[in-house]
Amino acid sequence: MSDAVVTSAKSSDAPLSRLQLALRKPGFLIGAVIIGFSTLLALFPSFFAPYDPNFIDYLAVRQPPSWAHPFGTDMLGRDALSRVIHAYTVNMQMAILATVFALTIGVTIGALVGYYRGVADMIFGRVVDAIITFPFLVLVIAVVAVLGPGLIKMYIAITLVGWVYYARLMRAEVIAQMGNDYASAGIVMGYSDRRIIFRHLLPNAITPVIVYWMTDMALAILLGSSLGYLGLGAQPPHAEWGVLIAEGRNFITTAWWLSLMPGIAIVITGLGFSLIGDGLADLLRPRG
Amino acid sequence: MAGLQYVLKRLALMVPTFVLVMIIIFLLVRLLPGDPAIAIAGDKASDADLAAIREKLGLNDPLLVQFWLFFTNTLQGDLGRSIMMRTSVSSVILERLPTTGFLALFAVSLSLLIAGPLAFVAALNRGKWPDTVIRTVFQVGLSMPVFYIGLILLTFLAAQLRWFPVGGSGDGFFGQLYYLFLPSMTVALYTSAIIMRNLRASIIEVLDAEYVQFARAKGLPNRLILGRHVLRNALISTITLLGLSIGNLMSGTLVTETVFAVPGLGRLMLEAIFARDYPLIQGLTLTFAILVSIVFLLTDLFQSLLDPRMRLT
Repeated sequence: MSDAVVTSAKSSDAPLSRLQLALRKPGFLIGAVIIGFSTLLALFPSFFAPYDPNFIDYLAVRQPPSWAHPFGTDMLGRDALSRVIHAYTVNMQMAILATVFALTIGVTIGALVGYYRGVADMIFGRVVDAIITFPFLVLVIAVVAVLGPGLIKMYIAITLVGWVYYARLMRAEVIAQMGNDYASAGIVMGYSDRRIIFRHLLPNAITPVIVYWMTDMALAILLGSSLGYLGLGAQPPHAEWGVLIAEGRNFITTAWWLSLMPGIAIVITGLGFSLIGDGLADLLRPRG
Repeated sequence: MAGLQYVLKRLALMVPTFVLVMIIIFLLVRLLPGDPAIAIAGDKASDADLAAIREKLGLNDPLLVQFWLFFTNTLQGDLGRSIMMRTSVSSVILERLPTTGFLALFAVSLSLLIAGPLAFVAALNRGKWPDTVIRTVFQVGLSMPVFYIGLILLTFLAAQLRWFPVGGSGDGFFGQLYYLFLPSMTVALYTSAIIMRNLRASIIEVLDAEYVQFARAKGLPNRLILGRHVLRNALISTITLLGLSIGNLMSGTLVTETVFAVPGLGRLMLEAIFARDYPLIQGLTLTFAILVSIVFLLTDLFQSLLDPRMRLT
């Protein structure tokens, strides 16, 4: 009997139990299932899609949902379900590619200015102030206006604006960590700056940044599909949720399903990332 | 005089930020491949026009001189000429500004009307079913892109039920109120989700605070506790949050204006992009930045007025 008590008490301290703890929370679990399934759809769309997303059938144009076409067909007779499924590849890619470069650049710059402070930090502060003075979408759109529409240019534009938010968070966290004894110990021991920053401060300071990253992935899908809808992101005939909604817009009173269904995919995926983000925030918050 | 000093210090901090904002906007067009004069005057401009533009912007001078010209011109309200509108950029912007302003204020009022009561219901029933339902609905709302919310409202309330017009901005105060209701509601549904979350948390925080427990212990009626302590404190954090989410609000306005064909600054921005009207893009980007920084400043001043601790930092 006492053995069982001891092992259970032990396992709650083991690193693995954090994951078990997280999976016991319904929100995190639902989020993980949504994102897991979305990733499968994104990686193997042809396996799940019932038809070729670009197969045009002029004899079956704008058909309402049926057993043969659960989401109906679009203005060219393409199967709407297959197009929504194939869009997972682009939209899930957005969640990664629109955030990962901003994350890397932001974390590096944030850690450096947080560690060295001085003039670089002062300039950094002004740059942050200036960039957050622009509404996010306005600055991204202005950069897209210069670079031209398209997915890759959209990623560049979002990265140019988005790194600031990661850098600001990282800087604050590094400064907070510098107050700890281990940081002073590293300095006293004569470790190189690079070793202190990247081996010691960064792993300790990264938690809130990772939590923000999850939220940002949800935002990236919202932003990417908005740009697609506005005609500045992915370009038709590429299957992307925002583009699909824009294509259905002209038939919205007669073929409402064309715009409705891709939107539901956006909401579910966005919800998945936010739920994981909320779960991680609870999980990684220092206890006690 | 501490208050005045704070205001002056806050204004002084705005100067370098504003210069950097101008540098970013200046560089945007200079980074375009090709001749900036063609970008600024349009593809169809004559050689004489191009020469005049080069002269006026000092395109043959070093970059720093060019920036100085751009900077001084802008300070004098000269943002150049719009290619697509064929008039001065500043006059086009001033013409569209009231519509976007009306839309933004309307959206803010609606989101307060939606989020306020619901946040109170959620906070007072913490952990029970009304709280769960409200939070779930708003969580879903936060995952919806603004253009999608707009499209749904447009389809069902305007196109199908014909309760509202499908586009335009209306005349007079009540005309605008009617025409801009759905576009404002679209933005409000999104911003109210942000506000609700924070307002609920801050109400709970105040409810748990010792001075509220004390007020309860000394027998103050619930109505007085909620009205005098909880509401007032929750209001401060809400207005601060509203101020800080002005960027989100403006981004939302841009999208909603496109969905509902509202002739405001956001729709103008998109038209300018598709027309490659770079002077107008520059002018609009600057206008949005100015609007945001004014709201940031007002938020800061409001906070320091209500919370004297702010002035010390």
